[in-house]
Amino acid sequence: MTPQHDDGPARSGVTHTTSGEAAARVFLDAGGRAPLLPQARAAFVEALDQGWADPRRLHTEGRRARMLLDGAREAIASVVGARTEDVDLAPSHTAALHSAVLAVAAGRRRVGSTVVVSAVERAAVHAAADRVAPGARVAVPVDRLGRVELDAFVAAVEGPDVALAALQHANGEVGTLQPVAAAHEAARRAGVPLLVDAGASLGHVAVGPEWDLLAGDAGDWGGPAGIGVLVTRPGVRRSPDRPDDEDRWFPGGVSVPAALAAAVALQVAETDRAAQDGLRRALVDRIRDRVGTDVPDVDVVGDPVDRLPHVVTFSCLYVDGEALVGGLDALGFAVGSGSACTSSALEPSHVLAAMGVLTHGNVRLGLPHDVAARDVDRFLVALPSVVARVRDAFGVAGL
Amino acid sequence: MTTPDSPGVVDARGLRCPAPVIRLARAARDVPAGTELTVLATDPAAVHDVPAWARMRGHELVSSSEDDGVHAITVRTR
Repeated sequence: MTPQHDDGPARSGVTHTTSGEAAARVFLDAGGRAPLLPQARAAFVEALDQGWADPRRLHTEGRRARMLLDGAREAIASVVGARTEDVDLAPSHTAALHSAVLAVAAGRRRVGSTVVVSAVERAAVHAAADRVAPGARVAVPVDRLGRVELDAFVAAVEGPDVALAALQHANGEVGTLQPVAAAHEAARRAGVPLLVDAGASLGHVAVGPEWDLLAGDAGDWGGPAGIGVLVTRPGVRRSPDRPDDEDRWFPGGVSVPAALAAAVALQVAETDRAAQDGLRRALVDRIRDRVGTDVPDVDVVGDPVDRLPHVVTFSCLYVDGEALVGGLDALGFAVGSGSACTSSALEPSHVLAAMGVLTHGNVRLGLPHDVAARDVDRFLVALPSVVARVRDAFGVAGL
Repeated sequence: MTTPDSPGVVDARGLRCPAPVIRLARAARDVPAGTELTVLATDPAAVHDVPAWARMRGHELVSSSEDDGVHAITVRTR
């Protein structure tokens, strides 16, 4: 067939179905939703038998569920360096972030309503800040690598009427680590609590003690989806932003088996962290190097060194992200993308946009625990021809 | 006022990423260095992608504005 040269993709030349042998799937989109670790799965199944009851009830079954739930909180507290009573479990990472922003803003409303954030915080943080008051959100720009401009962040934190500051530990889309220690020092001096979203970091890198509120995502570290974590240091003033409930911060509570599996997964990830770091950091280095060499007109983005061990993102010029994700999927590779056409929103990734890098033709990889080097190598062999095929379909040779 | 029919204007309204950038790149290939080209686009991704493309290709970003949902982004070719 002849590709049409009027911007539209010649779809039939781009996507195809694999024939014959069932090729093994290669999952490289572990950011935010990683495959469940086997130990977490075992704990989940066990807890379905032991912890199915309502932990609010006073009978033996209820108390057993309560014990498992509190055990999960204790294990998480021990990993992040906090007291058990400071750990709240949420029904999602998103809910944890919403509550962190809204409950602190409510608790500190006499101080002011300004919420200082980096431009590359999760959408949940931005959206919650927008709920605090009209114009409450002050977004501090990032550099080309996605790192917040520290001087501007510090100046904003030292400004008037600041209820809360939020800076992620690392960016989950591009991997860049943020200057959290310096930001926390400035926030401490200004008397402003700092929310650190460690949703992409916990279980992958050491998070450190520089935070007043810490958010985490069990689905990201190999636990089940449906458990978010919010840890709040003593002395941070919060006010409930939801209707009254026995579970004050996250009304209705969470699934006990999911909570236990989340805690077990975090313990496993922490125990294995050094080995997983070595394995995945080297593979990301290989990906960054090979993609930059083998794919023409590609922007490999994010900090090449000070980054998460397992996340890498690149954008291919003149390439439709949807066609790229589809083409790779047809060959057995599951990858993520921050391009607008791959999301339900019309807007492209606000992270890529804030960095000033290409938003189209984007591929985002999150290497899972124990990723096989040969699978990464197969991906690296397949990628250039998929990109070339999508480009041919759009007729962009020589542009 | 930039109209779709003006010389040096690339009309990519209604097209989705990466089509506006591709149209602009085609136009840039066919004009002498130093020509100003303006792309009109309704896809918000163009606001980020046209400057990124210009950086990768060595073109100069001249201006970027929005009027009633239509983005007008002007570059000077190298």
